Amino acid sequence: MIALSQKQRRVFSQIALTAAAWSVAFIIFFPILWMVLTSFKTELEAFATPPSLFFSPTLENYQEVFGRSDYMHYAWNSVVISMGATLLGMLLAVPAAYAMAFYETKRTQSTLLWMLSTKMLPPVGVLVPIYLLFKESGLLDTRTGLILIYTLINLPIMVWMIYTYFKEIPKDILEACRMDGATLGQEISRVLLPMCKGGLASTVLLSLILCWNEAFWSLNLTAANAAPLTALIASYSSPEGLFWAKLSAVSTLACAPILIFGWISQKQLVRGLSFGAVK
Amino acid sequence: MTIQSCDLNASVVPMPVSNENSAASAHSKAQRVARWLVSPSVLVLLLWMIVPLSMTIYFSVLQYSLLYPGEHPFVGLENYEFFLTDEGFSAGMSNTLILVGAVLAITVVLGVAISVLINTPFPGRGIVRVMLISPFFIMPTVSALVWKNLLMHPVSGVFAWLAQVMGMEPVDWFAQYPLSAIILIVAWQWLPFAILLLMTAMQSLDKEQVEAAKLDGAGGWAIFRHITLPHLARPIAVVVMIETIFLLSVFAEIFTTTGGGPGYETTNLAYLIYSQALLQFDVGMASAGGLIAVVLANIVAFFLVRLIGKSLTEKH
Amino acid sequence: MAELKINALRKSYGDIEILKGIDLHIRDHEFVVFVGPSGCGKSTLLRSIAGLEEVTSGQIVLGGRDITGLKPAERDLAMVFQSYALYPHMNVRKNMSFALELAGVDKATIEAKVKDAARILELTHLLDRKPKDLSGGQRQRVAIGRAIVRHPQVFLFDEPLSNLDAALRVQMRLELARLHHELNATMIYVTHDQVEAMTLADRVVVMNQGRIEQVGTPLELYHHPVNQFVAGFIGTPKMAFIPARVIGGQGHELTIQLPSGEHLTLPRSPDSIHVGAEVTLGIRPEHMRIVSPENANLTGQLDVTEHLGSDTYCHVNIDGGHTLTVRQGGDYEGRFGEIVGVDFDLSRAHLFDSEGNALDSVTRQAA
Repeated sequence: MIALSQKQRRVFSQIALTAAAWSVAFIIFFPILWMVLTSFKTELEAFATPPSLFFSPTLENYQEVFGRSDYMHYAWNSVVISMGATLLGMLLAVPAAYAMAFYETKRTQSTLLWMLSTKMLPPVGVLVPIYLLFKESGLLDTRTGLILIYTLINLPIMVWMIYTYFKEIPKDILEACRMDGATLGQEISRVLLPMCKGGLASTVLLSLILCWNEAFWSLNLTAANAAPLTALIASYSSPEGLFWAKLSAVSTLACAPILIFGWISQKQLVRGLSFGAVK
Repeated sequence: MTIQSCDLNASVVPMPVSNENSAASAHSKAQRVARWLVSPSVLVLLLWMIVPLSMTIYFSVLQYSLLYPGEHPFVGLENYEFFLTDEGFSAGMSNTLILVGAVLAITVVLGVAISVLINTPFPGRGIVRVMLISPFFIMPTVSALVWKNLLMHPVSGVFAWLAQVMGMEPVDWFAQYPLSAIILIVAWQWLPFAILLLMTAMQSLDKEQVEAAKLDGAGGWAIFRHITLPHLARPIAVVVMIETIFLLSVFAEIFTTTGGGPGYETTNLAYLIYSQALLQFDVGMASAGGLIAVVLANIVAFFLVRLIGKSLTEKH
Repeated sequence: MAELKINALRKSYGDIEILKGIDLHIRDHEFVVFVGPSGCGKSTLLRSIAGLEEVTSGQIVLGGRDITGLKPAERDLAMVFQSYALYPHMNVRKNMSFALELAGVDKATIEAKVKDAARILELTHLLDRKPKDLSGGQRQRVAIGRAIVRHPQVFLFDEPLSNLDAALRVQMRLELARLHHELNATMIYVTHDQVEAMTLADRVVVMNQGRIEQVGTPLELYHHPVNQFVAGFIGTPKMAFIPARVIGGQGHELTIQLPSGEHLTLPRSPDSIHVGAEVTLGIRPEHMRIVSPENANLTGQLDVTEHLGSDTYCHVNIDGGHTLTVRQGGDYEGRFGEIVGVDFDLSRAHLFDSEGNALDSVTRQAA
C-alpha cells in the first residue's frame, strides 16, 4: 500500500469534492440543459431514439414561435401582469414595511405574523368564490384580475422582505436625518430608499419571479385573452401536440429572463423566501 | 385564518418596554401617520381573507351546482359528508400526504448533503451554485412538460435511453408509477429551495467552533453530526414548514401531466377540489373541500407561525 | 445667546420613569458633560434636548425660546451620534451639506460652509469619499463636520468616542477640546467614561437613576463630592469606602472606629454627628501611602501590585474583607503576600452618613 502524504491526501479529497459537486450540479441542471438543447433541434431530432447529441443547431423553432403572433400575446400578458402586480405590491408594501419597521407598536409583530398566515391560505380554499366573483364582475380572463390576485398573494412576502431590510437600517441615521431637518417624504426618498435600493431591487425581482411562474390562478382564471406564458405552455400538454422542439423553444424563452433574475438575486431571495427567518 | 390571528395575539410575547425605548415610537403624531401607512396593506389582506373565505363557508352548506341554475337550498353538512366519503377524498388525502412527505424527505436529505458538499471552496463553485438553484426559477408548467416528454417519455425520453444503455427495460413513468413521477418533478423543483436556504445557513456556521472541534479530535462525521446538523436544525425546520405550505397546494404539475389520473392515482386535495369546482361545477362540494384544505393548511401554518414568530422575537 | 434651561423635566415609558425631574442650567459657551452609569438617563436627557424623545412633562428653554414641543430640526441644535450615523450612500461633502440643502441654503453658501468645516477638521482631501472608505477617526470627524456646517446654537454629542480605539480616543478628545475653544460654542456631551468627562468638561453633570446627583466643575466633583455615588464614580482607581462608627469627638477632632478595631482621628468638627453613628470613610488611592506596619493607620496583606510606570497601584487586603487600592510611586516594589501598613492623609478623607450623603467635608472646612 502506498502511503499518501498529507498534502497528497488533501489534493485527492479536493479533486473528489470538485468532481462530486460538479456531477451533482450537472444532474440537477440537466433537464434545463436538455430543454435548451432540444429547442435548437428539428422536431425529428428532438424525438429521435437514441437522443441525438450531435446535431446542427437550427433556429427554426424560435422563428416559428416568434412568427406565431400568439406567443407575443402571451409573453406580453406575462410582462404586464408581473410588472403590474409588482408595482402595485411595492406601493402597498413599502409604506407598510416602513411604518412597521420604524414605528413599531405592540401590535406590529402580530400584524406581521397575521400577514404571513394569510399566505398559508391554500388557493383551492377560495377558488370557487374568487372564480364566481370574477365571473360576476367581469374580471375573469382579464389582466387586471390576475394583477389583483398576484398582488394579494405576494404582498405578505414583500412586506416581510422589505421590513427585514428596513430593520437593518440603524435608527441613528433616520434620527440624524430628522435633526438635519428632513420631512417624512425627504427622509424616505433621500435617505431610506437609496440606502435600501439593493433590498428593494431584490424584492422587486422576487415578486416578478413569483408572478411570472404562478400557475394556479393563471390556469384557472384566464383563457385566450389574458393568459400568460404559464398557461400557453400548459396548452402544449395535449397528447396530440407532440412538438417537443417547439415546446422547448417556447419554454426556454419563457424561463430565460426569470432564470437570469434568479441568478442575480439568489443571495437576497433567501430572506424573502424564508420570511426573514434565514439570512 | 381568522381563528389563527386571534390565537397569535395571545401567543406573541409582549414586547419589553425597552423595545419602545426609541425615538421613533415616542412621536404620537408619527404613530398616527404610521397607522395610515400600514392600513392599506392590512385592509386588502383582510378583505382577501374574509370575503372569499366566508363565501366558501356559505357555499359549503348549499346545494349549489353551476349546471343547475335556480334555487340553492340549504343542505347543512351534506356537502362535507359527500366530500369526505367520496372515493376521491381518501385517494386525494393520501396522495397529498405521500406527495408532501416524499418531497420533503428528498429535498431535505439531498439539500443538507449538497449544501455541506459545496460549503468548502472548489473550482467553479459559483457556477455550480447557479446550476443547483436554477430549477427553482423554472415555471411549474415548463418543468412538468419537460420532465414528462423530454425525460420520462417511455420511448424517446432520456431516461428510457439510459435504461436501454444499461440493459434495462424502459419505465413508462406516467403509466406505471404516476405518483412517483410527480414526486420526482416536484422534488426537482423544490430541492433548490432547500439548497438555497441551507447553503446560506451554512455560511453562518461558526468556523472557530469547527476548528475547536477539530482540536478536540472530532472527525468529519462527528463535526457534521454534532455541529453542522444542530446548526442547520432551525433552517431545516423553516424549509420543512414553508415547503409544506406550498406542497399542500401542488396543482400545475398535475394539471399539465396526468390530470389527476389514471383514476385518482395522482389526484391530490387541491386537484380534487379544482375538478369538483371547474370540471364538475359542483360549487357546494368544492367549497366544502376547500374548507377542509384550509383547515389542513392551518394546522401546518400554526406550527410555522410559531417557528417564525419565535425567531422574530429572538431578534430583539 | 445659547443658554439652555431645563425645568422639572420628566420622561416616562409607561410605568417606568427614566427622568425623574431634571433641573439644569447650561450657560452660553459652556462645555457640559453628562456622565453616569448606563441606564442613568443621560442619553435620554440628551435626546430630549435634541427633540428625538418626547418628554412627559417639564420645559426646555434655549436662548429664551421654549423648544419643548418643537421638531428636532426647528431647535437649532446639531447632534453627533455614537454610531456617527453617516449617510452611507452619500459622500463626505454630501453628508455635510445635506442639512443645509434641505434648509434651502444657496449653493455658494453651502460650498463655503462645507469647505470651512472641512478645513477645520482636516477633511478637505476626503470630501469625495463615501463613509465606508473612511477610518473610524475620519468618520467621527465627518459626523462633527455635519454638525459644524449648521452653526447650531448647541452641539450635542452622544458618546461620540466610544467606537474608537484607545489611542484614537485620546487624540479625538484633544481635538474636541480644541474645537470647543475654536468654535466657542455651547456643547453638551454624554459619556459613561468619567475620564472623558473630567478632561473635557467645564462642568460635569453626574446622573444616576434618572436624577442629577451633582453638577460642578471637574475639580469640585473630585474634591467635594456631595455623596458616596459621586465620590465613587469620579476618580480612578475608585475611592475606597470603609464602614466605620463614630466613637467620640471634641473641638475640631472626630474619632471613628474601623471594623478591624483601629481608631482614626479626623481633623473635623463633630458638630453634626452623634456618637455611635454609622458612617462610611472614603479615601482616594492617592491619599494613602504604604508604610512599614509598625506606626501605620492600618495594616493589611499586599495582594497584586500593578506597575504603570508613573504610578504603582497596590491592592491591600485589610480586615473585614475590604481591599484598598493605594497609589504609590512608580518605583515601588512590593512582595505579594507581604504584611504592610497603610497610612491615610486624613485631612483629605471623606465621611458619608448612613444615607450616603457627604458630611461636611474636612477640606472644605480647611479651605
